[in-house]
Amino acid sequence: MTASRPIRVLVAKPGLDGHDRGAKVVAAALRDAGMEVVYTGLHQTPEMIATAAVQEDVDVVGLSILSGAHMTLFPRVLQLLREQGRDDVLITGGGIIPQDDMDALHLQGVGKLFGPGTSTSELVRYIQDWFAQRQRQEA
Amino acid sequence: MTSIGDLGRATHAGSDDAADELDRLRAEVAAWRAQHAAAERRAVAFSNSSGDVQPVYTALDAAPAFDELGLPGDFPYTRGVHPTGYRGRLWTMRQFAGFGSAGDTNTRYKFLLAHGQTGLSVAFDFPTLMGYDSDHPRAEGEVGKCGVAISSLADMERLFDGIPLGDVSTSMTINGPAIILFAFYVAAAEKQGVPSERLRGTIQNDILKEYMAQHAWIYPVEPALRLIVDVFAWAAEHAPKWNTISISGYHIREAGATAAQELAFTLANGLTYVERGIARGLPVDVFAPQLSFFWDIHNDFFEEIAKLRAARRIWARQLRDRFGARDPRSWMMRFHSQTAGVTLTAQQPMNNIARVAYQALAAVLGGTQSLHTNSMDETLALPTEAAVQVALRTQQVLAFETGVPNVSDPLGGSYYVEALTDQLEREAEALFAKIEQQGGAVAALEEGWFQRQISESAGRQQWEQEQGLRVTVGVNAFESAGDETAIPLLRIGDETTAEQRQRLVTLRATRNSAHCDAALTRLRETAATDRNVFPAILDAARAYCTLYEIRAAMETVFGEYHEPVFF
Repeated sequence: MTASRPIRVLVAKPGLDGHDRGAKVVAAALRDAGMEVVYTGLHQTPEMIATAAVQEDVDVVGLSILSGAHMTLFPRVLQLLREQGRDDVLITGGGIIPQDDMDALHLQGVGKLFGPGTSTSELVRYIQDWFAQRQRQEA
Repeated sequence: MTSIGDLGRATHAGSDDAADELDRLRAEVAAWRAQHAAAERRAVAFSNSSGDVQPVYTALDAAPAFDELGLPGDFPYTRGVHPTGYRGRLWTMRQFAGFGSAGDTNTRYKFLLAHGQTGLSVAFDFPTLMGYDSDHPRAEGEVGKCGVAISSLADMERLFDGIPLGDVSTSMTINGPAIILFAFYVAAAEKQGVPSERLRGTIQNDILKEYMAQHAWIYPVEPALRLIVDVFAWAAEHAPKWNTISISGYHIREAGATAAQELAFTLANGLTYVERGIARGLPVDVFAPQLSFFWDIHNDFFEEIAKLRAARRIWARQLRDRFGARDPRSWMMRFHSQTAGVTLTAQQPMNNIARVAYQALAAVLGGTQSLHTNSMDETLALPTEAAVQVALRTQQVLAFETGVPNVSDPLGGSYYVEALTDQLEREAEALFAKIEQQGGAVAALEEGWFQRQISESAGRQQWEQEQGLRVTVGVNAFESAGDETAIPLLRIGDETTAEQRQRLVTLRATRNSAHCDAALTRLRETAATDRNVFPAILDAARAYCTLYEIRAAMETVFGEYHEPVFF
């Protein structure tokens, strides 16, 4: 598929969780797939992430959470972006997240979440498909 | 017939007859390889984390001189630190556990001790790991999720309620605020009437690998290193049975390092701590016997065994020959091992039991002093009691049914294992040289050099996996329908947050706040001098100052760490 412009992605590590292997592997893979990627570094608050997402004018926010705090952190980032009128931003991510929680977050408006063993090409495809669909809707 | 011993002597002494034997063997192996190479047609990588392995190993690859190996319990401890291996005492079965409140975790500890576990290992939640109280705004959503929440001495007392601290050994995985949690533990033992001289256990207290890999830091590098040496100095005098640090390869490996990188980076950190202790004026033999290590046991079975053997040999030689240690206890690397969390799969999670069993076998063949076996469900959540029990039983089967612990270093003399041990030692030395070129371990991590090396290895492993060069059963091969979770998971609710907040309200209302303020003032003053800060922290702990209050008092003097951000 050909996008009219590069997809802009913020890869973020919310909360106190320091496990950044996945976030860095994903950030590099999205960059290699032609996306413009900003990585926040560790220990970000939801407020810091929402602010960065707005300032960087990203299409997608990817949160990596391995700390078990996903049921607090995903909804908080979602809410902050909505409050700033940015409900067009896709919030996706991954980590150690049980399927039931992924389903519950999806009902709240979070995009697809990915667990261990996911190939990076699957993530790339998901984001590209989402972006293509949004562009079609805007056209 | 030439024996291995003859070839070994030939390699080292160069006698003519044996040299002829070596030439003949070399020719035979070359001819054998040429004849059979075409049959090596399986489309997988014949390699470990460092590179390719040969189809067979012979005396050409490994003929270690006797002084490279020694006997078990003899320098350089390649074959183990105990003369009797596991005949005198089995390894300590130590399952890392913690969740919810101190009361919840206390119940799990009593369950584990009742099922034959022989040591405790505390997993703290993220706020505690970062030095935040449960009611701090940064703790929101994380209290008790990934470990137990401990915000003051009162929580520590509750964690070990009914568990005599003079009798158990306790490992605490805590780094940035390690000195504070250690003070809570010492103070909790005092409350039980147990003096610090009797305490046995370990604090991880390894800040260098936090900057490199695990990222639970508080202060900048130099003050953080000063706190570690303060612990060395205090414990040498007051808690001689306590391991003051667990120099950890585990997190470096989990973040993506190869076996050789794990080995070299961890040892480089260890050598840095020794240098810092000596620079403070502590004689090496005063604190070195209390240093311990922690290794990750990954999938490549023989490479992991070789890594453990090489680690002991390098450490012994460095401590004796570079730092002039004279006490054999300073030369002996004692270590804890944990099976590799990163190798567990969310797909077909029951397969993880088999992975863990092989990794546990490697740890024991490598001579570990204590072992944590991961539970099958840990890629999905914290483990359930049932899953932990299978993991503990895996160790018990290994200890009591397989016969493996009967003989010390049973793979010693294996051409392959000896060759790998030598190879890993050489690779570690090459990496030491690179670290020196960066200006040493501290300069290299401040520049992000280690972090980049680790990220590059992680990226390469991901690529190999996605190219199918590495097979992970159930993930990129042998998948089946309905592979996703079909096992029960532990759920941790938000009750702990409310309970902890209430406990902190009560604590602040009932403690003597004048004592508290005085202790914190004294701590700030001491932190600004060169004096050992541990006694002031211990007094603050006794006065029921909270974790964050103590953290913040020192932060006013030390500042906080800022990471180099890149990917």
